[in-house]
Amino acid sequence: MAVLTDEQTMLRDMAREWAGNESPVGAWRKVRDAGEAAGFDAAAFGTMAEMGWTGIIIPEAQGGSDFGWLSLGLVIEELGKTMTASPLAASAAAASAILLGGSDEQKMAYLPRIASGELVATLAVDEGPRHDPANTAASVSDGKLSGTKAFVAEGDSAGLFVVAATDGLYLVEAGEGVSVSRRHAVDFRSHAEIVFDGARAAKLAEGGTGLLDAVLDRAAVLASAEMLGMAGQSFDTTLAYLKQRVQFGQVLATFQALQHRMATLFSEIELMRSAVEAGLTAIDRGGDTRAAASLAKAKANEVGHLMSRELIQLHGGIGMTDEYDAGFYLKRMRVLEQMWGNAAYHRERFARLSGF
Amino acid sequence: MATLADPVAETAVDAFRDEVRAFLAANFPPSLKGKDNAMSAVEGPTAETPEQAAWRKAMGAKGWGVPTWPSAYGGGGLSREQAKILAEEMARAGAWNPIGGMGVMMFGPTLLEYGSEEQKLEHIPAIARGEVRWCQGYSEPNAGSDLANLQCFAEDRGDHYVVNGQKTWTSGGQWADKCFCLVRTDKNQKQGGITFLLIDMDSPGVEVKPIRMISGMSPFCETFFTDVKVPKTNRVGEEGQGWTIGKRLLQHERTNLSGGGSAFRMAGPSLADMAKHYAGVDGEGRIADAELRARIAKWEMDWRVFQLTALRVLAESKAVGGVSEVSSILKTVGTKLGQERAELIIEIRGMQGLGWEGEGYGEDELHSVRAWLFGKATTIYGGSTEVQNNVIAKRILGMLDHQ
Repeated sequence: MAVLTDEQTMLRDMAREWAGNESPVGAWRKVRDAGEAAGFDAAAFGTMAEMGWTGIIIPEAQGGSDFGWLSLGLVIEELGKTMTASPLAASAAAASAILLGGSDEQKMAYLPRIASGELVATLAVDEGPRHDPANTAASVSDGKLSGTKAFVAEGDSAGLFVVAATDGLYLVEAGEGVSVSRRHAVDFRSHAEIVFDGARAAKLAEGGTGLLDAVLDRAAVLASAEMLGMAGQSFDTTLAYLKQRVQFGQVLATFQALQHRMATLFSEIELMRSAVEAGLTAIDRGGDTRAAASLAKAKANEVGHLMSRELIQLHGGIGMTDEYDAGFYLKRMRVLEQMWGNAAYHRERFARLSGF
Repeated sequence: MATLADPVAETAVDAFRDEVRAFLAANFPPSLKGKDNAMSAVEGPTAETPEQAAWRKAMGAKGWGVPTWPSAYGGGGLSREQAKILAEEMARAGAWNPIGGMGVMMFGPTLLEYGSEEQKLEHIPAIARGEVRWCQGYSEPNAGSDLANLQCFAEDRGDHYVVNGQKTWTSGGQWADKCFCLVRTDKNQKQGGITFLLIDMDSPGVEVKPIRMISGMSPFCETFFTDVKVPKTNRVGEEGQGWTIGKRLLQHERTNLSGGGSAFRMAGPSLADMAKHYAGVDGEGRIADAELRARIAKWEMDWRVFQLTALRVLAESKAVGGVSEVSSILKTVGTKLGQERAELIIEIRGMQGLGWEGEGYGEDELHSVRAWLFGKATTIYGGSTEVQNNVIAKRILGMLDHQ
């Protein structure tokens, strides 16, 4: 764990307590069973907003607390532990686009509503099944945006889209010219196809040529923070299970083959934590975040993948049942691995940035 | 602690920095830059040049080779802050520390903690001056990872012991003056029967045989003790206390083998530049072998994550005022990455990276082959990776022993 300020420690403890008491995995199971397209509990999200979490990265002038990205990462990690679904990460990533690329008018128009939780915003970047921001066909003419965006996170509930077009990022409000089709993915969260057909679009004209990269870095690091929470919880659950499950007259935790696998997972998750926290602090520091973000997401993908496989294997048959929670972590982990670039994507990006 | 807001302390800091600069200017000739014996622990003490000897003596007289050891025993007696300034100024001048070895890294700190006043006065100043080489008598043919199984026996003969038995993997044993040794004084207790003894390597009955390793080097020896007489004044702590003292010494060893240190020490040419040189570049100037390029990228990222973790451990240790439990993973991760890097270098260079000696190979190419082979030891010594995993599982994760 990074060395935290008193405020950050309080925030993390508050998030841990709330998630543990008010939003345990059972709460997600209810949302999952309800099967709504939005894929989260609106009342729970309202509570998060009341606690100020929707404004953590938004300046005080626009109704936020300006606590920074490490602080938001701590909350997202805690929520990841209990599989708490919400548009918190999607809205923050979209808000960062407005912060970095928006005019004063655009900031005043949208950021206070995002900070209050009243407005859900999201990024609409990829147009195919794999993360590939370099290939964008969506285009704008006369202030009207047309194109199709694939697997838009929280697309079913978003009121505002930050859309990548051929010549930059645009703000498009839900409504006329925007049609949303549900895609029912394995994690039961919202990943909609959005067709923009001459939708009214306003350009995010500030922020320069690095704007899209900077925004995607923030989205990738937040996904990594969620994965860190999920991996940590998966590890704890597995360790507790190995300590109570008896076979051959022994608790499984006494078997060295399993001890060494757990020691390896412990090491890997600690390394993952270093990479994720460094990604978050790099954003707080400002400047070029590309290498730090790719480092965080690549490591999060590798370790998240390994941990979710071991979670199932080390639990044996019970981990395969829907009644048990392990499957939730496995399925959500694979989705997060794909979002904002898989491990190979980020290794290639890191290699290019390093001049290899 | 001194802060910049305190003008008195600030003046003292400046004065100390001036003192260090003056000392370096007077005693470290620029011609010695880069001419340390970094590999002397493995390759043996190469003959010291008069310049190197003068530099060692100058540092030894100041005690600055062991800057934070007490000055009463020949150490520098510096505060942590002063030691940091010394390190900064030495780095600025390109000066290296001529005082090192097992006496500094392991034995000295342990003796300062457990030794008698007479023992400290006898041994610590000589270590601080870089005049005495120490070796470690721990492992035996049947006591490797299971160190407490050691059998080398010290029989009580009143005012002295008579030691019989064999030690192995004695690093630098052929060059050592003295050996800190774990011996058995009680055959009826495992850990509780172990005692910590100091043995002169020139005592009658001590025989040292270097072991030739796969690297062609002989950094380790077998050491045989036959009726070796050791005065009881050479016992550190009480009889049966050797396991406690010996384990404390291993903590110092692990800190040095992995700890914060190695994460920042691995220097050398960039793998990518090497790959571009040996494997060529494509039309866009990238490493031509795409698969190799991907694996180099992965290694560099893993290495960066390891460095971030070492930094995090330092920051956490400072914040909580103790050792972070994450430090336990640094040795296994750091040594694994070191070996992976050595393997990558061999692979990048192809046949040119597999030379043993002689014509047709560059000095650096030959060196990296030996380093690759020697480096296989890093996941075995100082607590093998498997032993470290046992420690993590049992002590940190609370997984129990098999019944």
